[in-house]
Amino acid sequence: MLRLGGAVGKTFMIPYNAFHFKTLCTAKKSLAPMSLTLEQVKRIAHLARIEISDDEALTTQGHLNGIFQLIEQMQAVDTTGIEPMAHAQDVSQRLREDAVSEGDRRAAYQAVAPEIEAGLYLVPKVIE
Amino acid sequence: MINASLKELSLALAAKKVSSVELSSLFLDRIERLNPTLNAFVTVDREKSLVMARDADARIAAGTAGPLTGIPIAQKDIFCAEGWLSTCGSKMLANFVSPYDATVIRKMHAEAGLVSLGKTNMDEFAMGSSNETSFFGSVRNPWDTQRVPGGSSGGSAAAVAARLAPAATGTDTGGSIRQPAALCNLTGLKPTYGVVSRYGMIAFASSLDQGGPMAASAEDCALLLNTMVGFDERDSTSLERPVEDYARDLDKPLDGLRIGLPKEFFGEGCDAEVMAAVRAAIAEYEKLGATCVEVSLPNSHLSVPAYYVIAPAEASSNLSRFDGVRYGYRAPEYGNLDDMYMKTRAQGFGAEVKRRILIGAYVLSHGYYDAYYLQAQRIRRLIANDFVEAFKHCDVIMSPTSPSTAFKLGEKAADPVQMYLSDIYTIAVNLAGLPGMSIPCGFVGGLPVGLQLIGNYFAENRLLNVAHRYQQATDWHQRRPGGIE
Repeated sequence: MLRLGGAVGKTFMIPYNAFHFKTLCTAKKSLAPMSLTLEQVKRIAHLARIEISDDEALTTQGHLNGIFQLIEQMQAVDTTGIEPMAHAQDVSQRLREDAVSEGDRRAAYQAVAPEIEAGLYLVPKVIE
Repeated sequence: MINASLKELSLALAAKKVSSVELSSLFLDRIERLNPTLNAFVTVDREKSLVMARDADARIAAGTAGPLTGIPIAQKDIFCAEGWLSTCGSKMLANFVSPYDATVIRKMHAEAGLVSLGKTNMDEFAMGSSNETSFFGSVRNPWDTQRVPGGSSGGSAAAVAARLAPAATGTDTGGSIRQPAALCNLTGLKPTYGVVSRYGMIAFASSLDQGGPMAASAEDCALLLNTMVGFDERDSTSLERPVEDYARDLDKPLDGLRIGLPKEFFGEGCDAEVMAAVRAAIAEYEKLGATCVEVSLPNSHLSVPAYYVIAPAEASSNLSRFDGVRYGYRAPEYGNLDDMYMKTRAQGFGAEVKRRILIGAYVLSHGYYDAYYLQAQRIRRLIANDFVEAFKHCDVIMSPTSPSTAFKLGEKAADPVQMYLSDIYTIAVNLAGLPGMSIPCGFVGGLPVGLQLIGNYFAENRLLNVAHRYQQATDWHQRRPGGIE
C-alpha cells in the first residue's frame, strides 16, 4: 500500500505514477496569482522533454496563463482539514499473488518498436 | 435495418432473417459511402470485420451465440485492439498496431461476439470537447456538417448518429461520452468509476477515465453495457462487484422518483433555448410520476478549475511513456538521447496535448504541488461530498449536458478556456466518480439538446430505467439527421 508522505493519516490511492512526486510535498506556501514567465514555460517544457521554439513558447505562455487564471479560483477556497481525494471509491491498492502471470510475448511487443536489435531497444549512445 | 435497435438486430440474427456478414457489410458499405464527409472512422478493415462476422454466424448456427453476437459496432480508437491500428487520435501512435486487446475489446469480441466495424476518430489522447484536436482531422456533426460533433468521443457519436454503426464505445474523463452524445442526439452512459476495465484503454487521467456505451437509446446502452463491465485484475482500480443485468429495470414505473435539480446548474451560463428544452423534459418526467426537489452543489463552480489541475497532472505522468523507445513515433533526426525524447515528443504530440502535459508538469513540480495538486484533490472531495448530500434528497439529478448545442468548427478552437467551459455540467460527475448519462430531449434550431442524468454510485440500472421510460414517452431519440440515407 502506498502512503503519501505524511500529508494525510489514512491510506488512499494515488494516481498511476504520481507517487514519484510524493517527495515533492512541501509545506503549503501562499502564492501570488499565477503568471508564468517565458523562462518558466521553457523550463517546464524541458522538464516534460518537449522541444519548444521561442515562438511556440510565447503562444503557449498566453494559453497557459489563461488556463491558470481559471485554476486560480481554487485558491480562494479554505480546504483546511479536508482530506485529498485521489480516487472515487477511496479503496486501497489491491495486491496480487507474486506469481508469473504473463507469457513471453517479447517478439510481439518489440515488433512495434522504432528500433530494436537482438531483442534490445536501441537508443542513442548514453555512455561515452 | 440501419435504424433498428440492438434488440431488433438480435432477434433478426437469431431468426436468421439476416446474417452477421450481411449486416456488417451493410454498415461497412455505409461507412465507405459516408465517411469521406464525416471523418468519423480513422481505421476500417473490411476483411477483419468480415472474419469476425463469419465467426459470429457460425456461433449463431451452432446455438452458442450471446444476445449481441453478430451485431456490428464501432470502437473508439482509444481502445487497443490486437492487429488493429490503435492511434488515440495522435501522430504519436499513428503507426501503432496493438499487439494486445483492451479488456473491453476482448470481452466484446471473444465473449459477446460483437463485430468491430473499425476505429473511430477522437480528440488526441481524448483531450478535447470538439474532436478538433485529432491528428486525423475534425469529425463533422451529421446534423450540420459545418459543426463539431463534440468530443472527445466525437467519431463514435457521429458514426452512430449517421447510422454508420448501430452503436459504439466511448470513454469519458470529463464529459467525453455525454457531451458528444448530447450534440449528436444520442444516448450515452458513463458508468461509475471502476465498473468498466481501463486495461488497454489508452490512459489520459487514470483516476477519471471510464469507458461506456453510446447508442440510439437507453435500451441499446443497457445491452451494450452488459458486455463491457466486470472485474478485471489487470486494472488496479477495477471493482469487484456482483454482475448485474443492466436491462433488468428498464421498464419499472417512475412513480415516486425524486429528481434533484441543482440550483447551480439552472442559473446563468446556459443557452436559454437549451435550458427551455431541459425544463420541458423535466416537466415530462413530472407527468410520468416524478417529483422535483431543489438541491445544491455549492462547490460545482470549482469543478472545471480542479479538473484542469488533476487531469493534466495525471496526463503528464501517463504520457511520459511516449518517448520514442518502445512503440509509436520517433523523430527521424536527433542527436543524443535527450534530444531524441525532446524532438519525438515535440513532433508526435499536438498543441492541446502539449499544453496539458505542461500544466501537469507545472502543478506537480516542486513548490506548487501543495497549492495546486493537493488543493485540487481537496476540492475534489468537497465536490464529491456535495453529491453525497444531494442524494439524501433525491434519486437522480438532472441538468443540461452541455451549455449550448453543437458549435461551429473552429469557433472555440483558438481559446482553450472557452473550450474547457463546454464541460461545466459534466466534469463534476467524473471528479466524484458517479455514473452519468445524456439523453436526447429536444432541438434548438435543428440541433439536438441533451439532458444529463446523474445517479448515485452504482445506480446505472436506475439511470437506464429513468432514461428508458422517458424514451417510451417521447421520440426525440428516434429523430435522425437528414441527408444521410
